[in-house]
Amino acid sequence: MQADPRALRFAAAVTTIVLALVLVTGSAWLLAAQAVVFTLSIFGVSPYGMVFKGMVKSSPRELEDAAPPRFAQGVGLAFALVGLVGYVTQITPLALGATAAALFAAFLNAAFGFCLGCEMFLIIRRLLPAAR
Amino acid sequence: MVLVTLVAATLVGVVLRRRSGVPREVRGDVERLTSGDLEADLGERATLVQFSSAFCQPCRATRRILAEVTEMVPGVAHVEIDAESRLDLVRSLNILRTPTVLVLDASGHVVKRASGQPRKVDVIGALGLAVGE
Repeated sequence: MQADPRALRFAAAVTTIVLALVLVTGSAWLLAAQAVVFTLSIFGVSPYGMVFKGMVKSSPRELEDAAPPRFAQGVGLAFALVGLVGYVTQITPLALGATAAALFAAFLNAAFGFCLGCEMFLIIRRLLPAAR
Repeated sequence: MVLVTLVAATLVGVVLRRRSGVPREVRGDVERLTSGDLEADLGERATLVQFSSAFCQPCRATRRILAEVTEMVPGVAHVEIDAESRLDLVRSLNILRTPTVLVLDASGHVVKRASGQPRKVDVIGALGLAVGE
C-alpha cells in the first residue's frame, strides 16, 4: 500500500488542531471522535486524507509506504484512549498528559515531517525481549 | 498546556532536524563488527551498515542514497539489516532509531554513526575518514 505524503501531512495538521481543541475545551467527545479517526486511519480509510483528496486533484511527486503512518495512527489511538480514560474518570493529569503527548507527536509530524509514532516501533520492539 | 506542548515539540523538531542523519564520530570503545555479525561480507575498504525497520519512512530514501554512494566509491559495500530480526545487534550497539547508518572501516571498526536519513555528501565525507583519505 502506498500513500500520498501530502495527504499524510494534511491529516497530521488537522489532528494537531483537533487535539489542541480537546485540550482547550476539555471535550471528551472531541477526543473520542479523534480516536475514531485514528482507528479508521489504521485501516487505511483516513477521513482527513479523504478531505485532502477531495480538495487536491493533482498527483504527488512521489508516493510513500503506507505502513509506517498506519502504525503511528495506532500509537496515536493508544494515547487517545488513555486520554479518554483520564477524561471519563476525571483523572486530570492522565487526560492532559496523554492528549498532550498525542498533540506533541501530531505537531512534529505536521510541522517537521517527523513520525514519532514510527520511531516508537523499534523502541517498543526492543523492550519486548521474549517475542523474537 | 497547548502552547507549552507546541513550543516543546518545536524545540525537539528543530534539534532533530539539525542532528538527523549527521554522521558523528564514535567515541569511547570502538565497536568492531565482523562479517559474521552482519551475515554479509565486509567491503574491501569500507562498509555502510543500514539498520531499517518495517515502520520506517526514511529507510527507503536512505537505501537509495547508500546504494548510489556504493556505486560511486569502489571497494565499499552496503549492508542493510532488519532491526527487528537482529535485536541482539540493535541492543549491543544501542540503536534507538531507524534508519541508523554505521560507517565501518576495512577491518569492521565502527568509525561513524548517523541516525536518521543522511545526506549523500555527509556519507561520502564519512567514508573518506573510514578509508583513511
